[in-house]
Amino acid sequence: MSVDKSTVAKIARLARLNVPQDRLQPVASELNGILDWIAELNEVPTDNVEPLASVTGHALPMRNDMVTDGDCVDTVLANVPEGASGFFVVPKVVE
Amino acid sequence: MSQLVTGRTGDWEVVIGLEVHAQVSSKAKLFSGASASFGAAPNAHVSLVDAAMPGMLPVINRECVYQAIRTGLGLKAQINLTSVFDRKNYFYADLPQGYQISQFKHPIVGEGVLRIVLADGSTRDIGIERLHLEQDAGKSMHDQHPSKSYIDLNRTGVALMEIVSRPDMRSAAEAAAYVRKLRSILRYLGTCDGNMEEGSLRADVNVSVRRPGDALGTRTETKNLNSLRFIQQAIDYEVARQIELIEDGGTVDQETRLFDTNSGTTRTMRSKEDAHDYRYFPDPDLLPLTVTQAEVDELAAALPELPDDIRDRLINDYGLSPYDASVITEERETAAYYEAASAGQDRKLVANWMTVELFGALNKSGQSLGDCKVSPEMLAGLVGLISDGTISGRIAKDVFADMFESGKDAAAIVDEKGLKQLSDSGAIEALIDTVIAGNMDKFEEYRGGKDKLFGFFVGQVMKQSGGQANPGMVNQILKAKLDG
Repeated sequence: MSVDKSTVAKIARLARLNVPQDRLQPVASELNGILDWIAELNEVPTDNVEPLASVTGHALPMRNDMVTDGDCVDTVLANVPEGASGFFVVPKVVE
Repeated sequence: MSQLVTGRTGDWEVVIGLEVHAQVSSKAKLFSGASASFGAAPNAHVSLVDAAMPGMLPVINRECVYQAIRTGLGLKAQINLTSVFDRKNYFYADLPQGYQISQFKHPIVGEGVLRIVLADGSTRDIGIERLHLEQDAGKSMHDQHPSKSYIDLNRTGVALMEIVSRPDMRSAAEAAAYVRKLRSILRYLGTCDGNMEEGSLRADVNVSVRRPGDALGTRTETKNLNSLRFIQQAIDYEVARQIELIEDGGTVDQETRLFDTNSGTTRTMRSKEDAHDYRYFPDPDLLPLTVTQAEVDELAAALPELPDDIRDRLINDYGLSPYDASVITEERETAAYYEAASAGQDRKLVANWMTVELFGALNKSGQSLGDCKVSPEMLAGLVGLISDGTISGRIAKDVFADMFESGKDAAAIVDEKGLKQLSDSGAIEALIDTVIAGNMDKFEEYRGGKDKLFGFFVGQVMKQSGGQANPGMVNQILKAKLDG
């Protein structure tokens, strides 16, 4: 598996990352290095091995259906660049 | 059978599949302890987890998982004991995480089936492809400021069930019947309140057309329809648009469309490049979701009786028509009302009084069964008076109207107004004699062969009795007298 310049440009756009034209090829090379390294795992025989989600053996912890949080609008909005009447305020995003 | 739509160049078959988003009934959100209830001050029901602050971790709400399983059982679906949460990545102002936690490859519920009832009382099975759990997004308001959007995250992270059907529906009416039935099942189960106005239940409709027998055509998806009427309008519009497009030599683009509730039309969402490239991957914050068969069995054992089962029982055991049985079982409250009102009474008569008089009066007054003054016991009392001959069906309608207004018992109203049916043959004979004596000319005509006048005499006798004479007895005695 390898990625080319146009794939890097597409992923960057989807992730809202600004990767300048002259960096596309170097980033593609770096990503391919990582992908090649991970591809070494393909050499391990895993035909009869169950997928492993965790090495701890823990099950997904669950919470009870109780309201234990919220009602902290001041904390939630503490760092907003702009707020009004309890809302987050952002540049208009409507179509 | 013919559900085909006729275009200028021949017949077309419509193919519809629905994705319904149903908000899970729970106190807290899917992955946080903030309240999931509707209608709070902006951002009041938001925790730091919902606001996606750095370092916050999601912890799943067990009840939401159970609600999804109950719904799966209600849809006779396969329950997957292991399922996986994925991240669905996209950017929008009301999605602070930058991804929605959803289930992609391994949903909690697999294939099931939902039986819809059509207008003629016949039924059809619609396949369910899957049901998965996911987070709702927040709400953006665009009309508060000329150049800004206001964001409220109260809905962010509330648990949704996305229920995906097979493309098994062939008309807007079938799609509406599907949503109505799904809503009914969710409400019986108590897993979603089904409130479409508040957005607890909304549908995305996938529509395509094809020549009968051809492979599937290209589909469009119209998003976020929150009423049965809008669902039908959007489908009808899309069907007409696609047929015209193809017949004019064009092709349908696979795209997402928006429905304009004012004009009843759909339009292309301004095309978002790569909009469908969500780059799903398993959420590293969450281990696979596992439940045991014992848990599933316990939930199954505690399920209420579902509308299909009650409907079958009303038809088979009580002898109700498929139509009445469907109407009565659509809502859990209505079915419970019927069971209470018809216990120990003439089951069919009670069904009749409910679907005609009671529902008619509720419709007319805009009331719901919940705020109606006529309790099941009161309706049973009225039907009892009809069954034992105390009052006629005709008088019962007046008693019902009074009861609906005043909330008084039928027996009390009958006593108060002296409406008891007159079943004393001597008294009825006397009435008939008076009527004949007063209409000797008509009597002679009748004797002369004008049989049709019989109805006139019945009417006069009933009038004389103030509508209280037993109609069967009047007919019988009158016939004997007139025919001599």
